[in-house]
Amino acid sequence: MGQQQGAYFVPVKSYWPIVAAVVMFLTVFGAAHWLNAEPGETGFGKTVITVGFIGILLMFFGWFRSVINESLAGKYDAQVDRSFRMGMMWFIFSEVMFFGAFFGALFYTRMFSVPWLGGEGHGVLTHQFLWGDYAAAWGAGGGNGPGNIGGNFQTVAPWGLPLLNTLILLTSSVTVTIAHHALKAGHRGKVLVFLGLTVLLGAVFVYAQAHEYMEAYHELNLTLHSGVYGSTFFMLTGFHGLHVTLGTIMLAIIWLRVLAGHFSRDHHFGFEAVAWYWHFVDVVWLGLFMFVYIL
Amino acid sequence: MAHAATHDHHDAHHGAPSNFFTRWFMSTNHKDIGTLYLIFSLTAFFIGGSFAMVIRAELFKPGMQLVQPYFFNEMTTMHALVMIFGAIMPAFVGLGNWMIPLMIGAPDMALPRMNNLSFWILPFAFVLLLSTLFLPGGAPAGGWTMYPPLSLQSGSLAYAVFAIHLMGISSIMGAINIIATILNMRAPGMDLLKMPVFVWSWLITAFLLIAVMPVLAGAVTMLLTDKYFGTSFFNAAGGGDPVLYQHIFWFFGHPEVYIMILPAFGIISEIVPTFSRKPIFGYKAMVFAIAAIAFLSFIVWAHHMFAVGLPLGAEIFFMYATMLISVPTGIKVFNWVSTMWGGSLTFETPMLFAIAFIILFTIGGFSGLMLALVPADFQYHDTYFVVAHFHYVLVTGAAFAIMAATYYWLPKWTGQMYSEFWGKVHFWCSVIFVNVLFFPQHFLGLAGMPRRIPDYNVAFADFNMISSIGGFLFGASQLIFAGVVIHCAFFSKKKAADRVWEGARGLEWTVPSPAPHHTFELPPVIHDDELAHGHVED
Ligand SMILES: [Cu+2]
Repeated sequence: MGQQQGAYFVPVKSYWPIVAAVVMFLTVFGAAHWLNAEPGETGFGKTVITVGFIGILLMFFGWFRSVINESLAGKYDAQVDRSFRMGMMWFIFSEVMFFGAFFGALFYTRMFSVPWLGGEGHGVLTHQFLWGDYAAAWGAGGGNGPGNIGGNFQTVAPWGLPLLNTLILLTSSVTVTIAHHALKAGHRGKVLVFLGLTVLLGAVFVYAQAHEYMEAYHELNLTLHSGVYGSTFFMLTGFHGLHVTLGTIMLAIIWLRVLAGHFSRDHHFGFEAVAWYWHFVDVVWLGLFMFVYIL
Repeated sequence: MAHAATHDHHDAHHGAPSNFFTRWFMSTNHKDIGTLYLIFSLTAFFIGGSFAMVIRAELFKPGMQLVQPYFFNEMTTMHALVMIFGAIMPAFVGLGNWMIPLMIGAPDMALPRMNNLSFWILPFAFVLLLSTLFLPGGAPAGGWTMYPPLSLQSGSLAYAVFAIHLMGISSIMGAINIIATILNMRAPGMDLLKMPVFVWSWLITAFLLIAVMPVLAGAVTMLLTDKYFGTSFFNAAGGGDPVLYQHIFWFFGHPEVYIMILPAFGIISEIVPTFSRKPIFGYKAMVFAIAAIAFLSFIVWAHHMFAVGLPLGAEIFFMYATMLISVPTGIKVFNWVSTMWGGSLTFETPMLFAIAFIILFTIGGFSGLMLALVPADFQYHDTYFVVAHFHYVLVTGAAFAIMAATYYWLPKWTGQMYSEFWGKVHFWCSVIFVNVLFFPQHFLGLAGMPRRIPDYNVAFADFNMISSIGGFLFGASQLIFAGVVIHCAFFSKKKAADRVWEGARGLEWTVPSPAPHHTFELPPVIHDDELAHGHVED
C-alpha cells in the first residue's frame, strides 16, 4: 500500500515492475529463439514464450489488482488521478504514432513505390530495365508488385463486412459514451447494460474480422504474402484487430468492476481510460475503412 | 528555506530501505532509479567504448590485421546501438530522474512504479542485444540503421528487433513519466516559465520520444515480418521499396539525434550561468529555440538520404529545412556566449566541459551544415566526414554534456566533492584526445575514405594512425572519469556544501548534500531569487 508523504502520495515499493521486466524479456527472448530456430527444433522457444506470456497475464492481473486495491482504499488524490490521465493520454498518442508508421508505409507504397515501379516519374528507368511489363495498379492485378508475389488475388469488398464493422464500431462508441454518462449520473444498471453492449459489439467486430480473414485467405487468395498490398492490409487491420481485442478485454474487465461497484460518479478513471482507448481504436478503424478498404 | 524537513519517519517505508534487493530492484524512488540509470549508462559507455577500441585498432593501419570483416561490421553496428540506446539516452533519463523532481520541487516522479519498470527493462534489452555476439547468427552487422535488404540477411535480426522494441517501451514509459512529472508535480509557484532550462529541454525531449519511438518500433516490426513472415514492405518485387524503410527510420532517426542533444542543451544552460555568476541570457529565447528545433526535427529526415535517388523537389525541400535548424541552434550558442560575456567566470571542471561543448558542438554543427547541402553531400555521403560530424555532436556534444552534468551534480548526489585536480586531468585528456581522434576523420572523409569498411587505401594511413592513437588515449582517459566518480562516491573526505557552487541557483541547491532519500515531501515555498530563472520578466 502506498502512503501519504507530506502533501503527496508516493507509492511504496512493489515487485510488479521487476516481474514485468522479467516476463517481457522471457516473451521476446522465446519469440526470437523460436523465429531463429531450425525447422523441427522449435520446442524451447515456444515453451519460453508460453511461460513469458502467461507471466505477462499474471503480472497485469497482480499489478492492476494492487492498484485497484489502493484506489478503493482511497489513497489516490486528485493529483495522482491527473498523473494517471496524462499517462493514458500520452500512451494513446504513442499508439497513434505506431499506427502512423504503418499508415505511412501504406501511403508511400500507394503514392510512390508502386507507381514508380510502373514507370511513373523518376521510376521510368527502373521500370524499363527491370519490370518492363509491369502495369502499376493498387489492389487486384498489381498491388502485389511486378513479381506478382503470392499470386493473383482479389480484394475485400468494402461495402460488405467492412461496412458492417464500421457501423458496429461507431455504435459501440455511442454505447460506451451512454454508459459513461450513465455512470456520471449514478445509474449503475444502465451502465451495465450499455457497457455490456459495447463489449458485445467489440466481440462481434473481432469475430467478423476473423471471418473476413478466413475468406481472404481461402477464397480471395489475399494473404500476408500478397506483395505489399497484402502486407499493408494485414499488418494494419491485424494490429487494429489486436487493439480491438485488447480493448474488448479491457471493457469486459471494467464491466466486472462496475458490477463490483468499484466506480463512483466522480471517481472512475479506469472506466474513462478504457473509453478513451476504445474511441482511439474506433478512429483508427475509420482511417482503415477509408484508406485500406474504400480508396 | 525551501526544503522541508526530510526525515520525519512515520513508518519503516520512509527512509532508505536497508535491504539491498528491495532498495534497488523494487525502488519507487527517483534518486535510486536515477542512480541505476547512470550506473547502467556508465557500464554501457565502457562496453560500447571497447567496441570502438576494436574498430580503431583494426583501422590503425591499412590491411586486415586483427579481426574478420564481418566481426568489424558487428563492432560498428553494436558500438552505435550500445552508445545510443545504452549510454547516451539512459544517462539523460538518469539525470532527468535525479534532477527534475529536485528542480521543480516535487517529491518524486509522477508514476514511480512505472519509473522502475522503465529502468529494469533496459538491462534485459541489452542482454538480448549483446547475446547476439555469442549466437550462431552473429550480431547485427548492417549498421545501426539496419537498412534492408542488408539487415534482413542477419541471422539474429529477431533478437535485435525485440531488443529495440524493449528499449522503445522503456523510453516511451520514461518519457510519459517525465511529462506527467513536469506538468503535474511542480511545486505551487513554479510556473512553466520559471522552470530551469534543463527541465524545459526534457519536457520537449520527452514529447519527441513519445512521438518517434513508436515509429521506430513500426519500422523494425516491418523488418521482422519481411524476414520471417513473408511480407513485402521493403521488397520491390512485391511492390515495396527499401527506401521506404529509410524514410520511416529517419522519421524516427532525426528527432532521435535531438533526443540525444536537447537535454545536453539544457545541462549547458544550467552550468554556464552558474560559473558565469550571471543569469542565463535570453531565457525565453532559449526555451523557444528548443521548441523550434524539436518542431523542425520532424521535417528534415530525408537529409540522411540525399544520395538514395530522391525526387529533386524533395532534395531541395529537405536541404532548406535542414539549414533552417541552424537558426535556433545559433540562438542557443550566441545566448551561452552572451551569458558568459561580462560574467565573473571560474573554470571548475563542469564549466570546462561546458565551454568545450559550446566550441566543439558548434564545429559539429558546422559540418552538419556542410552535409545539409545536397550537392556537397553527394561527395560526403557515407564517408568518414559523416563519422567525424556526428561524433563531434554526440561525443563532444552529448557525452561531454553528460560528463559536465556529472561533475556539476555529483557533489549533490554523494554529499562529497570530487577531486578537482583529477577532474581537470580528465577534462584536458578528453578534450585533447577527442580532437586527435575525430578531427583527422574530417580530412579522411573529404579525401573519400568510406565509413564502415575495415580496410582502406594506403593514402589514408597517416590520418588513420593519428586517429587511432587519439582513440586509444581518449578511451583510456575515460578510466580517469570512472576513477573520479568512484572516488567521489566512496572515498572522498571533502564534504560538499548544500549550495555546492557559489553561483548556483535553483531548488536543487536548497536541499542538503547528499540529497536525502526523500525531498520536498511538502511543497517548497518558491522565492524567485532562489530559482535558476525566477527573475524572468514578461
Ligand atoms: Cu538528421
